[in-house]
Amino acid sequence: MTAALPAIETTVRLLGDMIRIRVMEERCAELYQQTKIRGFLHLAIGEEAVSTGVVSRLQPDDAVVATYREHGHALVKGIDAARIMAEMYGKVEGCSGGRGGSMHLFDADHRFYGGNAIVGGHLPLAVGLGLADDMLDGHRATACFFGEGAMAEGEFHEAMNLAALWDTPTLFVCENNLYAMGTSLESSESETNLAVKAAAYNLPAWSVDGMDVVAVAEATDRALTSIRGGGGPVFLEAKTYRFRAHSMFDPDLYRSKDEIERWKERDPIVTFTDRLIEAGHIDAEGIEQLWAGARAEMDDAVAFAEAGTWEPVERLTTNVYRRTPSSGHPAPETERGQV
Amino acid sequence: MTDTITYRDALHDAHREALEADDRVLVMGEDVADYGGTYAVTKGLHEEFGRARVRNTPLSESGFVGAGIGAALGGLRPIVEVMTVNFSLLALDQIVNTAATYLHMSGGQFNVPVVIRMATGAGRQLAAQHSHSLEAWYAHVPGLRVVAPATVTDARWMLASALDDPDPVIMFEHAALYASKGELSDGGGPVDLDRAAIRRPGSDITICAWGGTLSKALEAAEELGSDGIEAEVIDLRTLRPLDDATIVQSVMRTNRAVVVDEGWRSVGLSAEISARITEQCFYHLDAPVGRVCSAEVPIPYPSHLEQAALPQVPAVVAAAKAAMNR
Ligand SMILES: Cc1ncc(C[n+]2csc(CCOP(=O)(O)OP(=O)(O)O)c2C)c(N)n1
Repeated sequence: MTAALPAIETTVRLLGDMIRIRVMEERCAELYQQTKIRGFLHLAIGEEAVSTGVVSRLQPDDAVVATYREHGHALVKGIDAARIMAEMYGKVEGCSGGRGGSMHLFDADHRFYGGNAIVGGHLPLAVGLGLADDMLDGHRATACFFGEGAMAEGEFHEAMNLAALWDTPTLFVCENNLYAMGTSLESSESETNLAVKAAAYNLPAWSVDGMDVVAVAEATDRALTSIRGGGGPVFLEAKTYRFRAHSMFDPDLYRSKDEIERWKERDPIVTFTDRLIEAGHIDAEGIEQLWAGARAEMDDAVAFAEAGTWEPVERLTTNVYRRTPSSGHPAPETERGQV
Repeated sequence: MTDTITYRDALHDAHREALEADDRVLVMGEDVADYGGTYAVTKGLHEEFGRARVRNTPLSESGFVGAGIGAALGGLRPIVEVMTVNFSLLALDQIVNTAATYLHMSGGQFNVPVVIRMATGAGRQLAAQHSHSLEAWYAHVPGLRVVAPATVTDARWMLASALDDPDPVIMFEHAALYASKGELSDGGGPVDLDRAAIRRPGSDITICAWGGTLSKALEAAEELGSDGIEAEVIDLRTLRPLDDATIVQSVMRTNRAVVVDEGWRSVGLSAEISARITEQCFYHLDAPVGRVCSAEVPIPYPSHLEQAALPQVPAVVAAAKAAMNR
């Protein structure tokens, strides 16, 4: 069943954010081909309803902990597209000072705790952030995103148990895109009903259509109400699909073109656009404005990244310790191979 | 007669041969089947040998490495592929607390003939969590054998020797090597996993390297050669146990040594090798043992900073010249 539409300001905002993510990520793919962006680049094209639906419902001081497929989450959380793009380039002006790249977007002001690239590694972190909020603050929540592949890791199970045991204000969002690299859900999980699996930890666990941004947003509201009311953690599975390969290195040999095409028919941006036009929330011209606005925003972001600065090599070993130790000594000249 | 082959294909052939030769051999790991292996080493093998013997695992490093250890105890000869050393940290408990201890704890009753392979190293702008060189962590542990094929010939033949070993073998493959090409010596065969190899003879200075740093050491040696310095380059091949004899005999002849290590300098393999040389060749040394290592920083994303963090040829040349007082 499709959820009823919220107010026009909300629906148009949701659509606009999905479009911004799409345009940004398509731009990233081009920039990767031009070797402006390097390393790993994981696109979430097709999955925009999940990041948008959840993150748009958070308060500014709620925290987000995400994976390496986090560009959209960062953008909707409010990090400037220009600073995201500069990070992709590895420029000093990037949101992680250029040190992280596409997989490691961070921003303290927006309580965006990465950009984590060890699968499952950030779930315990989300429990701890929730614990801190619970003990220090009392009203903030933490949203933690991960793929279904992460649910096979021990850290998923340890984190779920701890969160439920301690009633931490954590929203666990499983972005189930059916594949962990080339491994399908069926060949990864003994129980493929992920909400059933999570419910074993004695917390509310729901599934939602991750291609429907309104459904995701509503489920998020419901979860946050429960969390802020002291109800402890919630697990939300969003069923979605990535239209592109896992990363720019992936030859994508493990799924059929047919399957991909079938999912593309459910493109969250296309279907929501149609729905909003039909409901009279927006017209064709309004839609075009959203796309044009996003394109202009990303043009500016790319220009900002291009104009950014490379960090001087002399600063190589900064930010290893907050307080630089006074003991220890650098390698002797001979060992550094300097003459 | 020689044949040119990639490091990746050499490993592929080694796996194929192992699966063919012994029914007890199975390959397991994340995406070893349909995806073809993260570095395409196992590509197509599931079609030939079936999904039971070329077995995809979920993202459960601790679980499937532990299961590999158990399967070895149970009579199989598993080759466990952990995508990269970065993710092997999730399986460290199984490797260090189980694989490495079982023989000893059981009073010699249970040995663990498992081979655990993983990619290692930096250089592809994969940033701090995907660029570790942690060979030293494993080389620290009694009960493990740690090997690092650096040439296509070793990539082709080391696996069989590792499978033949009754004890756990950790095999490190530097990620930059998979696409490298080399000549496969005809009539290759089992590799003596107790021996380092001299890849370039020389009389003036000994350069120790392995895995990803071997090519840099060889390149530096060529450059030194044009300056009239003949460097001997040792490929350690096995990082535990270290082949002291080959290193010491070389340094006794050259009286100087430099170690090239992509790991961090503090408390790493370069420190261990330097200490062994100092212990065993102290009165033969004409200069302190030089070390060229990674800078003490998590590996940064931008290329210029990453390259600055890693050992490079000019630094090896400079360290060798410093040891030669040149
Ligand atoms: C512990 C660990 N093991 C393996 C990897 C390599 N890896 C990166 S992403 C990925 C697939 C993860 O799939 P999933 O959790 O479903 O998220 P998705 O990429 O589909 O968004 C794998 C195997 C890793 N980064 N960390």
